[in-house]
Amino acid sequence: MSTPVFTYTKGMIRTETNFCPGCTHGIAHRLITETLVEMGEIGNAIGVAPIGCSVQAHKFMNVDMCEAAHGRAPAVASGIRRVHPDKIVYTYQGDGDLASIGTAEIVHAAARGEKFSTFFINNCIYGMTGGQMAPTTLIGQRSTTSQDGRTKAQAGNPIRVSELISTLDGAVYVERVALDTPAHIRAAKKAVRRAFEIQKAGLGFTFVEFLSTCPTNWGVTPPDAMKWLAENMIPYYPLGVKREPEEVQA
Amino acid sequence: MANGNDKVLLKGNEAFAEAAIRGGLRFYFGYPITPQSEIPEFMSRELPKRGGVFLQAESELGAINMAYGAGAAGGAVFISSSSPGIALMQEGMSFLCSAEVPLVALNVSRGGPGIGGIQPGQADYFQVTRGGGNGDYKIPVFAPASIQEAIDLIYESAELAAYWRNPIMIFVDGIIGQMMEPVTLPEQRPFTETSKIRDAKPWAITGYGDDDTKKNVVKSLRMQPDDLERHVEYLFEKYRRAEKELCRVETQDIEDADIVLVAFGTVARIAREAIEILATRGIKAGLVRPISLWPFPYDVFDKIGSRTKAVISAELSMGQMIEDVRIGVGKRLPVRLINRTGGMIPTSLDLADSAEKIYKEVN
Ligand SMILES: Cc1ncc(C[n+]2csc(CCOP(=O)(O)OP(=O)(O)O)c2C)c(N)n1
Ligand code: SF4
Ligand SMILES: [Mg+2]
Repeated sequence: MSTPVFTYTKGMIRTETNFCPGCTHGIAHRLITETLVEMGEIGNAIGVAPIGCSVQAHKFMNVDMCEAAHGRAPAVASGIRRVHPDKIVYTYQGDGDLASIGTAEIVHAAARGEKFSTFFINNCIYGMTGGQMAPTTLIGQRSTTSQDGRTKAQAGNPIRVSELISTLDGAVYVERVALDTPAHIRAAKKAVRRAFEIQKAGLGFTFVEFLSTCPTNWGVTPPDAMKWLAENMIPYYPLGVKREPEEVQA
Repeated sequence: MANGNDKVLLKGNEAFAEAAIRGGLRFYFGYPITPQSEIPEFMSRELPKRGGVFLQAESELGAINMAYGAGAAGGAVFISSSSPGIALMQEGMSFLCSAEVPLVALNVSRGGPGIGGIQPGQADYFQVTRGGGNGDYKIPVFAPASIQEAIDLIYESAELAAYWRNPIMIFVDGIIGQMMEPVTLPEQRPFTETSKIRDAKPWAITGYGDDDTKKNVVKSLRMQPDDLERHVEYLFEKYRRAEKELCRVETQDIEDADIVLVAFGTVARIAREAIEILATRGIKAGLVRPISLWPFPYDVFDKIGSRTKAVISAELSMGQMIEDVRIGVGKRLPVRLINRTGGMIPTSLDLADSAEKIYKEVN
């Protein structure tokens, strides 16, 4: 009998996603749902995906889910959490969504120490609407609303969200990971697991930022997108744990 | 607090909150704003003691989206605010209607536009009946004229919201929120236990357990135009049924009146006194008091008899309900407005004098 080298996870619905080639949204989806399956929690989970390229996550993640208005997922998840204190609750949000229109909701959810996990897909761009500048767009990066490259004078510096969230005491676990290499993806999966485990232990708000690609709106090929991430994003957005509860510190 | 038939003296806002709890609305999300801040204050004290959940939101945007999440997860939810706060909630209302998430919402309204003032007003009539959110949707709106009526409507709306899977709005002006009246409180309906939610609301997102064929999704995005059209048509079938089943109105002597006043909420109470004053002046005035503002009781105007010379809409706004009154009356009779705005309130004598003047003009 041969050993399978690849199996589908029951966490994902067997259908084609609508993500572009080389987009890392699909990888993030898989890491989250596969972890829930491994933890035996897939049927106990409730997810929230707001507007952005991931708004149809409910078609792909085999989890009870709802959509949220642009930016509002942390408030929606706070409501869900009040009704179901014993379930695993998470939001899955883009950088335009979380770091721009939804800053109040994410900051206050973190400050309250809401017992859900937020997975933050930072691709330095508004993907769904066609590549406009996000609060995370890098200095010099071209977008459809910063056509000669973002400048500090005009738009300020990009926001390092994980560092910002980690200043709030309610956020007990904050880590930034990247989805560009197999090693980084394995580390990302560990972060997802820790976030869910800390949530289950009831310790507070957990936050994982995924440095992600958007080859379509960056105007590069999928392999070049991985390189662009490594060369441009990681230096400005350093990987690693920004905060973790004493109980789980290694 | 007293149960059953015992009368208690309660302030409007506290009575509304008590009615919501007794109606089984276990979850409350709010943000301070005059003239309804007693409601979040009361809820923060009372709900946790009684097995419910209070959460102060970071904004009204936060509050309505918490309500959406809790409602989507099968919780029975109550929220309250006042005019500018309700304005911030409108995006959420549109989402709740499309996703068919139940909610009971209370607007203790004040004057506008802008931040306006904190005194009572009815200038949110358009906001609550036409909706400030995007797209085709409807929200049933009840406008009680007393604290008791508000209690009864909030209590009933807890069941209506779940049945219709739609928000229900209770619309009172700040006077009713701030005054005190003797009232009778209904019995406490039990809160639904978390473990029973999925049975009561099989559509709710609760985690599907062992059987992923039971996976639920609460959503409003429909990228295909034919799919979206079908969904909106479906919602409107429901709304057409609601138009018949939720329309409520009270009338007084409209079959043989010289003039007919139309007023809701506090103004209807002032109008009842004005009608007595007009009677002493030999003018017989009738009253239409819409209790539901959507659906609006358009058909009631057909009952106005041939003796009537004019219909008068009396409002605490620059004339918003009057547009519905005109639709109801059609070309049959002149429709006139008596109004104050900005938090000013006419006395019954003011109202009688203005009505008498209109009567003389049209007669
Ligand atoms: C209130 C509101 N404003 C604007 C939009 C348009 N809009 C949809 S998605 C989006 C940005 C999505 O970008 P991001 O959150 O970074 O997600 P991505 O698509 O990049 O994954 C915007 C601005 C909207 N849907 N709602
Ligand atoms: S537009 Fe960008 S973020 Fe959206 S699916 Fe395509 S590559 Fe992914
Ligand atoms: Mg993005």
